Amino acid sequence: MRVHRFAASLAACLACAAPAAAKTLHVGAEGADANEKLQEALILAEPGDVVELGAGVWTLTDGLSLDVDNVTVRGAGTKDGEGSILDFAGQQGAGEGLLVTSDDVLLTNFAVLNTRGDGIKSKDANRIVYHELRVEWTAGPKETNGAYGIYPVESSDVLIDSVYVRGASDAGIYVGQSKNIVVRDSIAKENVAGIEIENCYDADVYDNIATRNTGGILVFDLPSLPQQGGHNVRVFDNIVQDNSTPNFAPKGNIVASVPTGTGVLVMANRHVEIFDNVLENNGTANVMIVGYRYPYDDAKYQPLPQDIAVWDNAHGKAGFAPAFPGGADMAAAMGGAIPPVLWDGAGNAIVNDDVGVLSLNLPDVSTPQSDAQPSPADLKGDAPTPLPGVTLPESMEVKVL
Amino acid sequence: MKRVAAAVVAALLCASGAFAVPGAAPNQAAIDGDAMPRKLSEFGVFRAGTSEPVDALLGYTLHTPLFSDYAQKQRLIWVPPGKQATLAADGHIDFPVGSMIVKSFGWPEQNGGRPVETRLLLHRAEGWTALPYIWDADGKDATLAIAGRRVPVTFRAPGGAMHSIQYAVPNKNQCKECHSKAGTIVPIGPKAANIDFGNALERADFARFFVRPPTASDPMPRWDDPASGSLEQRARAYLDVNCGHCHNPQGSASNSGLFLRWTDPRGVNLGIGKRPTAAGRGSGGMDFAIKPGDPDHSFLIYRLESLEAGIAMPELGRSTVHKEGAALLREWIAQMPKDGH
Repeated sequence: MRVHRFAASLAACLACAAPAAAKTLHVGAEGADANEKLQEALILAEPGDVVELGAGVWTLTDGLSLDVDNVTVRGAGTKDGEGSILDFAGQQGAGEGLLVTSDDVLLTNFAVLNTRGDGIKSKDANRIVYHELRVEWTAGPKETNGAYGIYPVESSDVLIDSVYVRGASDAGIYVGQSKNIVVRDSIAKENVAGIEIENCYDADVYDNIATRNTGGILVFDLPSLPQQGGHNVRVFDNIVQDNSTPNFAPKGNIVASVPTGTGVLVMANRHVEIFDNVLENNGTANVMIVGYRYPYDDAKYQPLPQDIAVWDNAHGKAGFAPAFPGGADMAAAMGGAIPPVLWDGAGNAIVNDDVGVLSLNLPDVSTPQSDAQPSPADLKGDAPTPLPGVTLPESMEVKVL
Repeated sequence: MKRVAAAVVAALLCASGAFAVPGAAPNQAAIDGDAMPRKLSEFGVFRAGTSEPVDALLGYTLHTPLFSDYAQKQRLIWVPPGKQATLAADGHIDFPVGSMIVKSFGWPEQNGGRPVETRLLLHRAEGWTALPYIWDADGKDATLAIAGRRVPVTFRAPGGAMHSIQYAVPNKNQCKECHSKAGTIVPIGPKAANIDFGNALERADFARFFVRPPTASDPMPRWDDPASGSLEQRARAYLDVNCGHCHNPQGSASNSGLFLRWTDPRGVNLGIGKRPTAAGRGSGGMDFAIKPGDPDHSFLIYRLESLEAGIAMPELGRSTVHKEGAALLREWIAQMPKDGH
């Protein structure tokens, strides 16, 4: 995989000549006007330019934004004491720390801390690359933390590579209403949702670690949004373990309903593949497959999980503390733990892992969960034709060599 | 040099009698060029050394204005001589290239009532450009603040309470966040349903600006005047003007699925029974943006009444709660039937 990527990237490098007039705009962290100076650089940058963030702690009072195509924002690193640390603890305005609304942007090698709202958001920003970033709420899980750490939305071609996100009160890495997405080599820790792919088409989530979140990796589809009918998502080669942090999302948000101890959760969606992951120590379930069980007023919405396929995952301990109503009784009745795979009985799924599956036998999503009739289920079968996987434009891969 | 050239051209045009403009006119070359002049005076919008606009610009107000920390606003339109704005089918006004929209913000208690900032929206050949200027301490000119700035402002709210705030002058990108339609900058305020020319309609040169007067047969009401519309109409006008520029399918908040324009249908996408999408702690622990009959459990109200970044809506341009506006929306939600969707 790596070799292949390198070769492709090298070819892309040779094929394109560097822009002639590209320049580097260096901005330093020091000085009372650092916020304004940095924002000015982000406005005055021209396509091809690099905005270079000096090392040190930046004390920022307002959200930053970038609206110029093909700009790189590069810091000196993500570590305290040596990197470029953007500290938003005193933020007075804006919904996020950094907002990107232009195409072909690379964000790399800096940290965004303690934003009041979201960490880094990109909207309608095609071919964006998030690489080697840290987005963190440093006091750990708190309901007053911002919602999303890394938040691309309504974009085509999204790459999130080698980032670290901790403490988001919704999702650490959240990709919404986008197409052609790769999330890899990243760590999501102590968020409500570690990684969430919502209302998206064509996503690959691999080589990540999702640990000590409430839920590790979520694949959702929700009603009444401009892009819905989420489909074609592959979750593979991830380590999803010990997702045990009590849910700290503000009530009302959909992730507030995620039971503590969830590994991989699919809600609604069509054609999702979950394979070759290490799944362990998730107290509710290593894998959960459910329908959207709320009232909705949207004739076009499809609330069932369909064509979900689960195979070749390594399962550790799971189901020992099922944190949904009635879960504890089910575990007690089954000798202390429910099986590692939990299905509410809605839609259809193939589970070829060599572990037990518990069905709640609630095929109709309008039936309340209190009507559950739990029983073991055998979902073994022939998986649908495998998805081809996501290929990103080479112009993106070359940026993360 | 450019200004001299522009003045000569203007003089020639006047001499020909074709496009007479009364008195001093704005510097068309500055509007049309691609520069971002450091001083506002370059544009010739205001009489030299003052914040008094030249007579050639056309003043207007809005039936229902955007709330901006109780600022008083002065709005001006410029259309280049020989060109006219037209009214599009959907009610927005199409301004020709070379047009300029000017908006100044001030408070009676601040700077002796002189403006604090002036924003320009310039229609250049490549599209609209937004430039924010902050007035200098002596009030004689204003200086470009392309990256925005927080300015301490003290003012008296309608109830009599004094407020001291860090007023946020938006940066160039933030201008676009609100003025964005499918990723490009467009004017927001001047649309037929909401624009009010008042006495300017009587001006001899009014017809110079428009092919025909841009008025609507069914105008939006004044949000605070019950004689101008029903509670529902006034609430919808308030939402349109304060929220609809982002909350529409082509705006900055398109992904929210919450659409609040005057013309959007009543239903889930208006917020009624709509669960939070990406609200985070902006949900305030509530299930719905609008819960009919229950404003205290409608997080649309919660966000309007908050001043905290990450919760407060609108995200930009507000450092004060608009109590009167929130009260209107509370009243509107309170009278919705509880079982009605």
